[in-house]
Amino acid sequence: MELLEMGKYGAYVWTAFGLTFALVLINEWRVRARQATVYRDIEVRIKALEENE
Amino acid sequence: MWKWFHQLASPPYFYRIVPAFSAWLMVPGLALIAYGTYAGLFLAPVDYQQGDAFRIIYVHVPSAYLSMLSYMILAVAGGIGLIWRIKLAHAVAASAAPLGASFTFLALVTGSIWGRPMWGTWWEWADPRMMSELILLFFYFGYMALRSAIDDTAKADKASAVLALVGVINVIIVHYSVTWWSSLHQGQTIMAKGGPAMDPGMLYPLLAMIFGFNLLFGSLLLRRTRTEVLFRERRTRWVREMILSPEGQS
Repeated sequence: MELLEMGKYGAYVWTAFGLTFALVLINEWRVRARQATVYRDIEVRIKALEENE
Repeated sequence: MWKWFHQLASPPYFYRIVPAFSAWLMVPGLALIAYGTYAGLFLAPVDYQQGDAFRIIYVHVPSAYLSMLSYMILAVAGGIGLIWRIKLAHAVAASAAPLGASFTFLALVTGSIWGRPMWGTWWEWADPRMMSELILLFFYFGYMALRSAIDDTAKADKASAVLALVGVINVIIVHYSVTWWSSLHQGQTIMAKGGPAMDPGMLYPLLAMIFGFNLLFGSLLLRRTRTEVLFRERRTRWVREMILSPEGQS
């Protein structure tokens, strides 16, 4: 419990750390999601072109 | 060496080498962040003036550092793209902007969270460090807005690179604001004259966090740039061959 309280600054310290790790996770997720979206869009377009040829 | 740099600027080569290279940055980066977080929260001694609130330094300083580093990467890459017309450089600049904006936002928020118990206020409009950091965030927003407002990629690259170069002046102001003007924000600590003004028990976790976040940022930037390269090269032959190859996505 003492660890969580961080003196009387627990709310500030844990909020700052929580936001930081949330932002890191969001950045990681966005990188993966964008790669998957771009790849899928190109794949669909190229396969449609292949079928038309 | 020059040959390797020349090869690196080739989009297919860059696309192929990034997954392995980014893993080499990410694994030690995460290890350093894990150590820095544990040591910063539980092992570092309590600050005699700020109490445990000082522990916010372990996330605030790396994010503030990355907010400036990311902008310098953006501006230098934009400049290289303008002068030598290297397409990969513009892709790096475009990819650095959202990452830099997110770390600048984080630096402002964690700084504000730190400021409340220490200075008695969430925000001080007259403080040069806070205001120049806020202007840095607006430069990122302006850069991204300008890029998305221009449909032609080549024109967007050039216009945004010029804006990025203008913004370097603000990065210099952010860095030296605590030296040039009287500020609520504390002065240089790690790079203070005569060496770091910190106890080693506090300093080593901080250095681990700074290096760890830098490595993680490098990994994110490389992978973002890889996707940007793929998007820009979507109508080229090498992308078509790669998509149709049995290996597919990697």
